[in-house]
Parts: sequence; structure tokens; C-alpha cells
Amino acid sequence: MSETHPDRPVGNIRHEWLRHLVLGFAVLVMVYPLIWMFMSSMKPDDLIFSNPTALPKSLDFSSYGRGWNVLRVSFGNFYLNSFIISISAVVGNLMSCSLTAYAFARLHFWGKTFWFALMMGTLMLPYHVTLVPQYVLFLNLGWVNSFLPLIVPKFLAVDAFFIFLMVQFFRGIPREIDEAAIMDGCGPWRIYWKIMLPLSTPVLATAAIFSFIWTYDDFLGPLIYLNDMKSYTVPLALRAFVDSSGGDSHYAELFAMSSLSLIPVFIVFLAFQRLIIRGVALGALKR
Amino acid sequence: MSSVTTIKDRQSDLPVHATGGWRGEFRRSLPGYLFLLPWLVGFFALTLGPTLASLYLSFTDYDLLTPPRWAGLKNYDYAFVHDARLRSAVWVTLKYVLWSVPLKLSVALGLAMVLDRSVRGVGFYRATFYLPSLLGASVAVAVLWRQIFGANGLVNQLLLLTTGLKGISWVSHPDYALWTLIALAVWQFGSPMIIFLAGLRQIPQDLYEAASMDGASGWRQFWRITLPLLAPVIFFNLVFQMIEGFKAFTQAFIISGGEGGPIDSTLFYSLYLYIEAFANFRMGYASALAWLLLIIIAIFTAIAFASSKYWVYYEDEAR
Repeated sequence: MSETHPDRPVGNIRHEWLRHLVLGFAVLVMVYPLIWMFMSSMKPDDLIFSNPTALPKSLDFSSYGRGWNVLRVSFGNFYLNSFIISISAVVGNLMSCSLTAYAFARLHFWGKTFWFALMMGTLMLPYHVTLVPQYVLFLNLGWVNSFLPLIVPKFLAVDAFFIFLMVQFFRGIPREIDEAAIMDGCGPWRIYWKIMLPLSTPVLATAAIFSFIWTYDDFLGPLIYLNDMKSYTVPLALRAFVDSSGGDSHYAELFAMSSLSLIPVFIVFLAFQRLIIRGVALGALKR
Repeated sequence: MSSVTTIKDRQSDLPVHATGGWRGEFRRSLPGYLFLLPWLVGFFALTLGPTLASLYLSFTDYDLLTPPRWAGLKNYDYAFVHDARLRSAVWVTLKYVLWSVPLKLSVALGLAMVLDRSVRGVGFYRATFYLPSLLGASVAVAVLWRQIFGANGLVNQLLLLTTGLKGISWVSHPDYALWTLIALAVWQFGSPMIIFLAGLRQIPQDLYEAASMDGASGWRQFWRITLPLLAPVIFFNLVFQMIEGFKAFTQAFIISGGEGGPIDSTLFYSLYLYIEAFANFRMGYASALAWLLLIIIAIFTAIAFASSKYWVYYEDEAR
């Protein structure tokens, strides 16, 4: 999607500024809650809840330090856990989903249509159906209260959505390239590793970005599998923070830690904005 | 030309061992299955196995500590006939989906149409509108939402400032708590908006020019050109957002402190299922709830698809 379209006439000037007025107002409504949260993280509690537009008196980041250590485990620990899980999920999804997608897009094997239909079927299955038995399985494996239930499935290509995305992309790569490689004596593994993956960086990047964001934001998985505060992820820690204070004190600290927790996603968004928006526009990505 | 066809023939059995019979078939299929191996393990161990296990468990009593005991249709009987809390969970979830999805899609379409015509700053607006869709699923935003709609939160402060009225605590009032969650869903209109925008750009501009020439008003153009040509995209967004709505969990959990209150007014289906499974350890009943949800989602998707015959036309289809 390019920024401007030659076939789209700009309305007349009067409509142009009217549009910017509407859009500007919408931007304000959309973004103000986030700005309010950030400003509140630097205000004393009584000011947070009395004046909706006041700027903080000074750039006082001390609540960040206090919030960082408000629970008996520091937020440094939670961020480390979150990053270990999210980055493992990215690696797992990229490896397992691209292997699967390559098989479906390029290789010929007995029963391929059947397996492909089953794979597409799993896209429709709500996570609720497998929730309880998976928990029982991981409990019996002794994996509860470790990161394994959150990481291992990603290495087994359970996110069919990414497989689907990659199959679509691989199919768009000209077959002449593989054919030339076959003539040169390349086997399927070399074609996958030396040709398909290097040519697929856009789709791999899109899958990596969304794997990261979804895993980082995931709440239900960690809620079920992680019981010990030392293994908490950032979302779980925020919830523990709300619970511990009953949500009724330490507001600046709560807003500080909430703001901070959005920063990794925000940075990913700023860095890969075009890729993310193009991914969504393909009509395939949710959120 | 002939050389091309031979290459095509050769690549169709990728490792080039042209032997016949099942051994040849096996050798031809082997690389494919090797590549598929991680997915196959995951499919059987984490998807198909658990799905069948869940179906079985839904007919049992199971508390994790003692082995499952066969209970026949007891769980389903309880769900359909006796469980008043489930009835309110279904009602809350339906109300959430039926309000939030149309509202969200209307805002998304409206702003997509404004953006489609403006040239300057489209990139900025698009990115800013999309941002909440990316952040909205996080616990941090749910925590923020709880404060915004609290007794002295941002909403009431603005209300006091503009009208002088003192608002109530919206999140803890049973009549309004669900509406704060609907507002949170609508706030995330960015991703359907981007899909609408991509769809709007597919509509040939000369249709509008021809319509203007014939004297059709903007409103008429919207009903006669934009909506019909956008129908496939509207349909996609509708089905997708509906399914997402049925699956919503985190927002309700955080805003209600994990209990779906006040008086079950934010008890989303997924939240109730979680409570039954992981707070009450009624794993058999929770499995039955999961299957009922699957059926509910399937019914609504089927209704959407059935209705699409009457309002969704694809361009390559004869009218």
C-alpha cells in the first residue's frame, strides 16, 4: 500500500481542513488515554485524580524506581522472563512454521491435500477446546511452573496462522528458481535453506513481529502455567501489582510500570510500522 | 518449450528417484514428511489428541486429583438446565459481541472513508489509529482502562470539567461495567480500518465519477457503490471480529479482578470457563463448556455465511 494514490482526487480545500479537523479530534480521543497514563506516572496521587489535563510539575521519574521494586521480585526479573519466552517463541515459530509451510508449498508427498485441510481446520479451532487437556498433559510431564508449556508448542508449529501466511508467500516465489537449483543438484533442504528463506524475509519478519507481540502480551498462558512469582512475566506481574495494592494506592507506580510495559511493543511498532500495517492490510492479520 | 515441460515433470517428484510402486511413493514422500515432522508431532500431541481428550472429558467428572469418572450427559444437562451463571455468561458475551462488533466496524469504516480521500498525513493517521489495536490486548491497557472509568478517573474528570456532573464508578456499576469493555473494543478499531482502507482502494474511481455525472448524491454513492463493492471486506471483518469477540478474556479478567463482577456483569464466557477449570477445578465441566463455545461460534459463523448469500457479491461472480 503506497502512501498516495494518483487516482484519488484530493477534495477541495474546504473539505480538506474539515477532514483534518475530524481526524485530529479522533487522534486525540485515541491517544489521550495513553498520554494521560504516562503523565500520571509522574504525578502525586491526588493530582492524578483531580485534574485531567494538568502536566506533571516536573519530569519526575522516581515512581519508576519505586514501581520497579514494588513486588518482592523486581521487574528486571519479569522483563527477563518475558523476553526469554517471547524470543524463544519467535525462534520456534520461524523455524517450525517455515519448515511446514515449505513442505506444503513446494514438496510433493502422499496425503498432502489431506494434511493441508487438517492444518487449515486447526485455524478455526478456539483455544478453549485444547486448554484443559494440554494443561493435564503438561502437568503430567512436570512442566507446570516452567517456561516449557509456553515455548515448546511454538517449536511444534501450533500457530497454523503463520504457516498459512508463509505458504501464501512461498507460493508466490517463482518456481523457476527452485527448478534451476534442482538442475544444479540441490536437494529440498538446500533449496529451503539457501533459496526460500533468504527470499522470504518480508513474511519471516512479519511472523517474527507478531509472534513477539502476541507472546509478550499473552496473559492466559502465563496465568495458567506460572505460579511462582520468580517466573512471572510482565503482564502477570502487573496483575499481581493491582491485586497486592487492591488497585487503590501507588497509582503513580502502577501507571509507571504499565507505561513501561508498553514500551517494547511500541518500539517494535515504530521500527516495523510499514511491515506491520502491510501485514494487516493483507487481510490476514488480526488486531 | 519442450525443455520447460521436462523440468516441470521432474520437479513434480522432487527428489528425482523415478521408481514406481509403493516404495517409489515412499521415497518420493519422505522429504515432505521430514519437513512436516515438527508440525505432525504438534498436531497429534497438542491439537488432535487434546481435542479428542477434551471431548471425552466433557462427559466426565474430573478434578485433576482423582482419575476422570464417566458422568454421561451430566455436564451438558447441568449447562443447559441448571447453570444460571452460565446463562448470564452467555448473555454477557452475546451482548458484548453484538454491540462491540457493529460499533467497531462502523467507526473503522467511517474513518477509513475519511482517510481514503485525504492525501496529506495518511501514513501518520493510519499508524496512530492502528496503535491501540496493537497495545489494546495488553494487561497494561486493561489496568489503565479500569482507572479511566473509575470513580475519579479520566472520564469523570472530563465530565465534571465540561458539564459539572459528578459521574459514578463505571467499572463497578453492574449496568455500565460491560460498556467500558465495549468501549475498549471500539477503541481498537484500527486493524479493521486498515483492512477497509485497503478494500476502498480497490474500488475503481471512475464508478464514482460516472455516478456524480448522473447526479447521484454522496449518500447514494455510499449505498450504491461503496457498500456493495466493499461487502466482501465487510464480511471478512465481521466474521473475524465476531470470533475474536467470543474469545475475549484478558480485558474482562483485569477489569473485574478475575471474577467477572460486579454481579457477573463482565463474566465473559472465556472467563467463566477459566474460573470453572482453574479456580474450581471442574475440568470435566470446563471441557463441556469449551465444546459448547465451539458450537456457539460455529452457529454464528454459519449464520454469517448463510446471510452472506444475500449481501456479499464477489467481483468474479455472475450477478
